[in-house]
Amino acid sequence: MAQKAIREYDAKSILAKHWDKYFPNFSYAYETVMVRDGSDLLEAAKTNSWLNEKKLVAKPDMLFGKRGKNDLVLFKDSKPGDVSLAKAASWINDKSSQKQTVYFEFDGDTPTGEPSIDMLTHFLVEPFMPHTQEEEYYISATCVGDNDMLYMSAEGGMEVEEGWDEKVTEVSFAITDTEEEIAQKIKANTPADVADQDKEAFAQFAIGFFKAYRDLNFAYLEINPFVMQGRTIELLDMVAKLDDTAGFMMVEEWGDVPYPTPFGMDAKSPEEEAVEVADSKTGASLKLTLLKPEARIWTMVAGGGASVVYADTIADFAGIDDLANYGEYSGGPTTGETRFYAETLLDLMTREKDAQGREKILIIGGAIANFTDVAKTFTGIIQAFEEYADKMKEVGVKIYVRRGGPNYEKGLKDIKEAADRLGLWIDVHGPDTHLTEVVRMALEEA
Amino acid sequence: MAKLFTKDTQAIFWNNNRSAIQRMLDYDYTIKRETPSVAAIVAPTSGNKFDKFFFGADEVMIPLYKTTAEAKKAHPTAEALLNFASFRTAYDVTMEALEIGGFKSIMITAEGIPERLARGMNQKAREDGVIVIGPATVGAISPGAFKIANIGGTIDNIINSKLHRAGSCGLVTRSGGLFNELGNIIAINADGIAEGVAIGGDRFVGSVFIDNLLRMEQNPDVKYMVLLGEVGGTEEYKVIEAIKSGKLTKPMVAWCIGTIAKYYDSGVQFGHAGASANSDMETAEAKNKAMADAGIHVPKSFNDLPAKIKEVYESLNIAPIAEPEMNTLPKTRRSKQFICTISDDRGEEATYAGFPISSVALPSTGKGIGDVIALLWFKKQYPKWATEFIETVIKTVADHGPAVSGAHNAKVTARAGKSVVESLVTGLLTIGPRFGGAIDGAAQYFKYANDNNLDPKAFLKYMKGQGIPIPGIGHRIKSLKNPDLRVTGLMDFAKENFPSTPLLDYARTVEALTTSKKENLILNVDGTIGILMVDMWRALGYGEDEIDEFIESGTLNAFFIVGRSIGFIGHVLDEKRLAMPMYRHPMDDILYDVQEADEI
Repeated sequence: MAQKAIREYDAKSILAKHWDKYFPNFSYAYETVMVRDGSDLLEAAKTNSWLNEKKLVAKPDMLFGKRGKNDLVLFKDSKPGDVSLAKAASWINDKSSQKQTVYFEFDGDTPTGEPSIDMLTHFLVEPFMPHTQEEEYYISATCVGDNDMLYMSAEGGMEVEEGWDEKVTEVSFAITDTEEEIAQKIKANTPADVADQDKEAFAQFAIGFFKAYRDLNFAYLEINPFVMQGRTIELLDMVAKLDDTAGFMMVEEWGDVPYPTPFGMDAKSPEEEAVEVADSKTGASLKLTLLKPEARIWTMVAGGGASVVYADTIADFAGIDDLANYGEYSGGPTTGETRFYAETLLDLMTREKDAQGREKILIIGGAIANFTDVAKTFTGIIQAFEEYADKMKEVGVKIYVRRGGPNYEKGLKDIKEAADRLGLWIDVHGPDTHLTEVVRMALEEA
Repeated sequence: MAKLFTKDTQAIFWNNNRSAIQRMLDYDYTIKRETPSVAAIVAPTSGNKFDKFFFGADEVMIPLYKTTAEAKKAHPTAEALLNFASFRTAYDVTMEALEIGGFKSIMITAEGIPERLARGMNQKAREDGVIVIGPATVGAISPGAFKIANIGGTIDNIINSKLHRAGSCGLVTRSGGLFNELGNIIAINADGIAEGVAIGGDRFVGSVFIDNLLRMEQNPDVKYMVLLGEVGGTEEYKVIEAIKSGKLTKPMVAWCIGTIAKYYDSGVQFGHAGASANSDMETAEAKNKAMADAGIHVPKSFNDLPAKIKEVYESLNIAPIAEPEMNTLPKTRRSKQFICTISDDRGEEATYAGFPISSVALPSTGKGIGDVIALLWFKKQYPKWATEFIETVIKTVADHGPAVSGAHNAKVTARAGKSVVESLVTGLLTIGPRFGGAIDGAAQYFKYANDNNLDPKAFLKYMKGQGIPIPGIGHRIKSLKNPDLRVTGLMDFAKENFPSTPLLDYARTVEALTTSKKENLILNVDGTIGILMVDMWRALGYGEDEIDEFIESGTLNAFFIVGRSIGFIGHVLDEKRLAMPMYRHPMDDILYDVQEADEI
């Protein structure tokens, strides 16, 4: 996936790093620390004197919004703006010590939809910034269709989300727009509600913001709200996604920015991470997502398109309760890479027997390859069979194969012979059998 | 442009991806294309000038170039660029090609080009009217005419899927793997594809479904269309709009894969980078429903897609397509060890660069040895003034008496009782930087000075810096007042017959300076020949690079070798005729100065 969410802390750090280039006429204190718990914060206070000197705000930094409505923003002890370092540390300790329930959707102040329940592990601590509602603004940029969109409002915070159509000015930019055209469009579309004396400063800030969004390869960048007091800016809340395909050009600009798993989502398993690492080291493509590791249908499908078709078809025929994984290998992986991928899957699927005592199903599917050598990739799969044959027999695995492409006759013959030799149950099909027909066979026979 | 490619389309292939290029040529041979579909290869890091590929059982040479600009300049009619650069450089390669111009289509295979770069590149191509296929694609095919790289897979599969000749279906997919699968399905359930494009899996691709479908609407070979979309993006809605507004009228079968995505939250990325629904509208379900509502034939599932294609195809009552004759690829073929591009002895009569020997050898043809040299050395027919110049050079350098080292060597060897050929090569082996080499050196240094606009003073300073006397300047006894008549003859000939002599003119200004220092520092015969050869090639239209290459490969020396061989053989025959005895150098002509060796 090209667009990846980053933490608010990292978003602010990237902007701060390039602040003078994009916002030369504004100042931003960049007083912000990210901590795991209270003692982390007390440690940080030794080098960041402002943590001792100023009143503080604390909130989780884990890629979810609506933290205020989830009551997860600490800005008052007994009254707003009175949070001390000690209070912030104890609040963070309290919130990080047990699982928290977070809702992502609200109707007014009432939560809707399913919450996620998980541990909070990352918190952002910043100075409390006294300001008036009039000083709060909204700005964001992203790509819609072929164009970049800039959204600006004279009002920030929750008001903007609830009154989007009336309160937000949208400006659209073609990818080819020059800096002059961009500046002109922003100046001409500065929200009418921005006070006259602030209009010029607002436009200047918005121009810098949009330039930073473009130059630094953000896929999404939102500040809601930012506070503008004269030429002093404070970024109260930020959301950002990076286009990670630009990473090779942005080594210096982004620094070593992590892409964390969002709150409530299972962290990647070591197997998924291992496949991801392998994927990043090859010109071929290796992908693995575990959907339900205890389920009994496993897919090892070649091709980004075909793998989706197999997943669709399994869901159509059997629903998703039995589907253990999604993944694909493609782009001509080597025998060794395919072996590694196959072993990873076989290892996962042979850890437990099916809870209901049924046999497990392994679908080795794929369309008619354009250039991937089927015999070569199947050699890798056969090597994995050899390694895992005993375990596969113990758990009970039925293998269904369907594949075409360069050298497919040899590949199919080899895999059939290997399975027979190893005593594995196998049913092998070539391009004469429709792509997804093996799914129907597998589910009917099972 | 109703058709993406024709049987005349040729491509420049960026990156020497040998297997993909061979697949293209195998396809060309199978469908009986006259010219290979790959005209040139851009291989920035290769030092080679061409690479060999099979064309049926034979081999063809495809030229290699370091840059797209050079390749395009040499092959201006190659209108497709197949950009096989990596995701790091694919953008630069595309932008450069757009800058150069003259490409109708650019295919980009890299996956994961930074989105902002991909958008800029796609937009520029759109403004320039260039069709971009990809990024992240296996390509496109016009069956029976042209296929990009690996699309369609092996030749066996291509024939099974009837991709060797045009059928009736216009096919667009996102996925490359499923393109091939669809090709097979359409061959089994209908009569094959007329044109097919896999638009690519990245979020931002150049030409999208609608761009390709609108072109296919204009293509009379396309009777109906098949679209295979994916969850994510809104491209399918543009197709729906075009159907509603009457811009697309041909029957269409369509399906969007990724119906499973609805069961999972957005954290699960199914398939391609572009396959992620950002709103309900982008789900596969919503798109399948909207397409069905617009009158597109939408099956119940991918599993039912073949039946739906069959149904629509049969309802159109399309006349059966005649199966064309094909060439069959040889089962085994062997790469040739040697290549010959100058002469051919396989036909009725052996040829020099395509000309039967009798057509240049006989006096009645009016051709001389200069013409033969032009054909065999340069594979070109040179005009009269140039072949006469070559002959003049050869005649001029044929001999220079018995005392020069080469002739002396030949004579000594002949007197040792060796044969003509042995004696001749002994003489020839003397030719090098000090004997005869001034022709090469003069051409090289004078050209360098002239190319770099060094005035005579600067040139002299430069040569001094190099620590070598200027090659081609200076004579033992001749001077301006006592000129070498061979030199004046050559110069007069050039003045009369060459269209222009810029390097000679320059050399004369250098000579004016050197002779002002010393009388005998004149342009000598070696220098004049080397310099005039450069002027000859310039006048014949060779590029500076080509001329530099002639100099580097020793072509100028070759004229001296051929010419002087005549003289050497004369001296050898002279020795034989005179039956001179073995030569022993007189001892009193040798200074003996031998010290006892020290122990170390």
